[in-house]
Amino acid sequence: MSSDVRFTDFKSDKQPTWCPGCGDFGTMNGMMKALAETGNDPDNTFIVAGIGCSGKIGTYMHSYALHGVHGRALPVGIGVKMANPNLEVMVSGGDGDGYSIGAGHFIHAVRRNVDMSYVVMDNRIYGLTKGQASPTSREDFETSTSPDGPNQPPVNPKALALASGATFIAQSFSSNAQRHAEIVQEAIEHDGFGFVNVYSPCVTFNDVDTYDYFRDAIVDLDETDHDRTDRDQAKDKILESDKEYMGVLYQDEGSVPFEEREGVTESMAEIPDGAPEGAMDLVREFY
Amino acid sequence: MPEDLNWAIGGEAGDGIDSTGKIFAQALSRAGRHVFTSKDFASRIRGGYTAYKVRTSVDRVESVVDRLDILIALTERTIHENEDELHDDSVIIYDGERSTMQDVEVPGDATALEVPLKRLAEDAGGAIMLNVVALGAACEVTNFPIENLDESLKKRFGDKGEAIVENNKEAARKGQEYVREEFDEDFDYDLETTDADYVLLNGDEAIGMGAIAAGCRFYAGYPITPATDVMEYMTGRVDQYGGKVVQAEDELSAINMALGAARAGARAMTATSGPGIDLMTETFGLVATSETPLVICDVMRSGPSTGMPTKQEQGDLNMTLYGGHGEIPRFVVAPTTVSECFWKTVEAFNLAEKYQTPVFLVSDLAMAVTEQTFSPETFDMDEVEIDRGKVVDGDDVDTWLDEKGRFQAHFPAADGVSPRAFPGTTDGAHMTTGLEHDELGRRTEDTDVRIEQVDKRQRKVETAREQENFDYREFGDADADTLVISWGSNEGALREGLTLLEDDGYDIRFLSVPYIFPRPDLTEEIQAADNVIVVECNATGQFADIIEHDVLERVERINKYNGVRFKADELADEIKQTLDKPQEAAQ
Repeated sequence: MSSDVRFTDFKSDKQPTWCPGCGDFGTMNGMMKALAETGNDPDNTFIVAGIGCSGKIGTYMHSYALHGVHGRALPVGIGVKMANPNLEVMVSGGDGDGYSIGAGHFIHAVRRNVDMSYVVMDNRIYGLTKGQASPTSREDFETSTSPDGPNQPPVNPKALALASGATFIAQSFSSNAQRHAEIVQEAIEHDGFGFVNVYSPCVTFNDVDTYDYFRDAIVDLDETDHDRTDRDQAKDKILESDKEYMGVLYQDEGSVPFEEREGVTESMAEIPDGAPEGAMDLVREFY
Repeated sequence: MPEDLNWAIGGEAGDGIDSTGKIFAQALSRAGRHVFTSKDFASRIRGGYTAYKVRTSVDRVESVVDRLDILIALTERTIHENEDELHDDSVIIYDGERSTMQDVEVPGDATALEVPLKRLAEDAGGAIMLNVVALGAACEVTNFPIENLDESLKKRFGDKGEAIVENNKEAARKGQEYVREEFDEDFDYDLETTDADYVLLNGDEAIGMGAIAAGCRFYAGYPITPATDVMEYMTGRVDQYGGKVVQAEDELSAINMALGAARAGARAMTATSGPGIDLMTETFGLVATSETPLVICDVMRSGPSTGMPTKQEQGDLNMTLYGGHGEIPRFVVAPTTVSECFWKTVEAFNLAEKYQTPVFLVSDLAMAVTEQTFSPETFDMDEVEIDRGKVVDGDDVDTWLDEKGRFQAHFPAADGVSPRAFPGTTDGAHMTTGLEHDELGRRTEDTDVRIEQVDKRQRKVETAREQENFDYREFGDADADTLVISWGSNEGALREGLTLLEDDGYDIRFLSVPYIFPRPDLTEEIQAADNVIVVECNATGQFADIIEHDVLERVERINKYNGVRFKADELADEIKQTLDKPQEAAQ
C-alpha cells in the first residue's frame, strides 16, 4: 500500500449515469475518501456491488470489483474476504438489493461478522425500474405498483442488524460529505462487519424522502450524549420511528471478525504445483 | 461374475445400521477383500426402514446384485423389504426373544438363525451393543476370522475409551460363540482373507479428497442429501491445508461465496443436489460471464421438486447442460466410478482455471452412498497435476494493460482465454460484471463488443475441444455389433452385466462417457454398430436425446426411474430383452 493514495485514485474514467443531484454521487465520494483515508489503494481493495442504481458504483470506482446478481453482493464479499483476508472488502448496494431480495443474506452477513464494510444507499424507492415501492418506503407512499401506498410498515434495517448480533451499526446522509466519509471510515476501521445505512435521496422518483426532509429531520449523534457502546441506548434510538439519526449508533469494541475466529489469516490463492505435501495421509485415513 | 457374498443389516433409522454396516465393510476391506456397499434409506432421522448392504469378493466388485445371502434383521419389516432378494441358502440372523420378532417367518427354505442379540449384548456390558453381537454371529456364519472386526471396532469406538472397545470385542465374540454352540450347521459361506491392502471410501469422500488434492481451499455449501458428505469430509480437513468450509444460509449464498473466493484467487467449490442446483442457477450466468473459475458439484437425487431425496436418479443432465437464461459456456463432467470421482474433481479444477469457466461436476446418489475398496495407489497423489491457466503476477501484468494502463481482464485472446490477475496484484485492478462488458470489464451495449465478447467466451470451449481429451472409457468387445452407451455411475453395473452377457453368448461394446459437455463425437462408433442402446437412470432418456441429436440416428433406450440404481444382473436381462425383441415392422 502506498501512502500517497488520493481518493481520486479510486475513481474510474467512466462518467456516472446517475441523475443530476442523485444522492449516490455523495455516497460514492465518501466511500472513496474513506478508502484513501484508511491507507487502502485500488490494488488491495475489492468492491462488490449489487443491482440497481447503486450497483453501478463498481463501474464508476477503480479497484478490483464485481458487479453481480441482484441481492447477492454480501455473500460474494464474504467469499472474497475469507479467501484473502489481506484485502479491503467493501460491499455496496441499495435498499432493494439489501433489504428485499437480499434480506436473508443481510441478517446472516451481520451475524457472521466478517471484517468488511457494507454501505447501503437507501433512497426508499426503486429508482432504476422507474419508481416502485422499496422495502424502506413509507407505509402510505404512493407509487406505480402501490397506488394506495405499500400498506405495510417499512423494514427497519438497523433494528434487523441489532437483532442479528451486529457489531457496528451506523447511519449517514450522502449530502453531509464530511460526516458521511467519517462514518464510512469508521465502518472500514471496525474489526468486523461495518454496516452503514446511507440516506441517499432519489431526486427523480421520491418526492417525500428528499434532501430537505433529511436535512430537517436528521440529528447528528456526535452532538448528543449517545454512548455507541451501550446496546440499550442504540436499541432505543433505532426503534424511535419519528427521528432520523446520523452517526455510529452501535459498536461492539470487543468484536472479533469471523475469519479471525476461524483461524483464516493468509490468502488461499497460493497453492502448490501438485497435491499438497502429505496428501497421501488423506488416502491412508480410509484404511 | 465374481464369487461374491451379499450381506446386509437392516432395521429402523436410529438403530445404528449405518455404523454397524460400515464396521463390517471396513473389516472386510482390512482383511483384503473387495467391498461394494449400498444403502436403503429414507429421509427421516428415526423409524421407518433402513439397510446397509455389503457385496464382497476376493475379486473386484463394481455393482450391487439382486441377491442377499446373509441378512441381519433388527425388525420384521427388514425381512419383508428384502423378500425378493433372499433365497433358499440365505441365512437370516434375528433376535427371536424380542417381542416384535417372535412370530417372524422367513421366506422359502432360508435359514432362520435366532440369536438373543439383546441378552448377549447385556452380558457383554450393555444392550446398545446388540448390533455388534449380530456382527459376531455373521462372522461365524461366513467363516470370517473375528479378529478382523477388532480394528474396525477400535476405529469406531476408540474415542469412547478402551473399555468400550473391549466390551464391543466381547459382544462380537458372544455372538460368534452362540452360533457355534447352538447351531450345528455348515453354512457353506467362506469369507477368505488375502494380503491385499485396500482403502474404503464413497463418491462424496472421493470428491472432497480430490478437491483438497487439487488445491481447493474454499468450500461454501448448504447441507443437502446426498451431497452433504462432500462438505462434511472437507470440514476440518481442508483447514489443515490452509482452507476453510463455510456453511452458507442457502444455496444462493453458497455459490456466491464460492464465486467471491474464486475472484480472490482461491480454487473454490460448492456441492449440492437438484433443489440446490435450481437456486444456484441464478448465478451460473454470472460465473460464466465474469469468467470466474468455479467447480459446482451436483450429487443428483430423485426429482423433480423434493422428489425422493434418498433415492437414485440421473435426472439433472439437462439442467446442468442447459440451465440458466441466456447462453452460458460451461463444462459438464460426470465421473463414472467412485475412484473417478477423485480424478474428475482434480480435472474439473484444472478445466475451470484454464478456461475461466464454470465446471459442473455431476455425480449421483448411487456413488455418494457407495463405499468401495481400492488399492491406495489408485489415488496416487504424485499423479495430481495442477494447471492454473493464464494467471499473471506483478512482473507480467504490464503485458495486459491497455494504452491507458488499464488491465484487460476480458481481453479477447485468440484462444478465448484472458489473463487473470488476483486481487492484490499491482496494476491489475479491474472490475467485472454480469452485464455484457468490454475487455476492461465495463458494461457495454456496443454491438461489435457484444459479438466480440460472446465469441470470445464460446471460443474457450472450442479451444478446450482442441486441447483436452474428452474421450469415453471403453469396455467389452470392440468389434461387437451391439453398442451400449452410458454416462455416470452405471459403469460398474454395466461392466459386470457385460460379463454375464458374454457367458450367454452376447458380445457387446460398451462406452462409458464421463464428459457430457464438451463430449466425444460418437458418430463413427454408432454407425459401425447394428444395435445401439443408451442406459441411464431417468425416465426420458436425456443422454439418449443428445446422442440422437449429435448423430441424427435413433437409439434404443434402457431407463430406470424407480429410485433404485441399476444392478448388474438386472441390466444384463434388460439388454437381452432389448436385443431379442422382434424388430418393429417398418411403417
